[in-house]
Amino acid sequence: MKFTIQVNEGPYQHQATDSAYHFTKSALDKGHEIFRVFFYHDGVLNGTRLTSPPQDDRNIVNRWVELAKEHDLDLVLCVAAAQRRGLVDEGEAERNGKDATNIAEPFRISGLGQLIEGAIQSDRLVVFGD
Amino acid sequence: MSDIKKFMYLNRRAPYGTIYAWESLEVVLIAAAFDQEVSLMFADDGVYQLVKGGDTSDSDMKNFMPTYRTLGDYGVRHMYVDQASLDARGLTTDDLIQVEWEDWETEEEVDNIVEAVDTDKVSELLAESEVVFSF
Repeated sequence: MKFTIQVNEGPYQHQATDSAYHFTKSALDKGHEIFRVFFYHDGVLNGTRLTSPPQDDRNIVNRWVELAKEHDLDLVLCVAAAQRRGLVDEGEAERNGKDATNIAEPFRISGLGQLIEGAIQSDRLVVFGD
Repeated sequence: MSDIKKFMYLNRRAPYGTIYAWESLEVVLIAAAFDQEVSLMFADDGVYQLVKGGDTSDSDMKNFMPTYRTLGDYGVRHMYVDQASLDARGLTTDDLIQVEWEDWETEEEVDNIVEAVDTDKVSELLAESEVVFSF
């Protein structure tokens, strides 16, 4: 089955992002296809490489990055949500005159159309949030 | 992309206090470009999103309530409201905005696409939707 995953909550604050990660990983392990993981609302905070959790805790950002590299996952942060919350890639830094970037590759920033496309193209949209 | 799916946006949050309602509305507006069959469902505190007469002038928040009235122009065909959620909050459909809809091709017009439905109908509508966005 082909899934698009929507993550609506920030890391550490809320379990949604952990549940989304474990669902995504399990689906891939079972041979399903993940069309895209789309991060919305505070979910975009999953994509900052500046996250530094305590050593004895899980590293949520790195976990997504590793899963993405292993399975060629498409991790997309909503651009409007990202701008509000200070998630910046090189393109956004240039457009908005910011002096730094903080996106963790291979996360990328793109529009809400990517979420809609995912919902249309996938057999299931699974939303993680409250 | 020629596939047309039944989209349902489930809105359960009050319009202010968190950003969910506003960012949900942004998805609905953007999605209009994709020509899907779109319905919205308002339940729990989400019913407050449609209460008329909202005034945010003292709160430093953008008043996005007028945007709901334009949703008929953004391809939204139905705006369902959970009657039980209205009842629990002492609201009736008289407290809610009305939203007009017109099919530009057939010129079919509907005066108000806001409709209160009972709990069984809520379940039925969610079950028959192919995509449910939950905010």
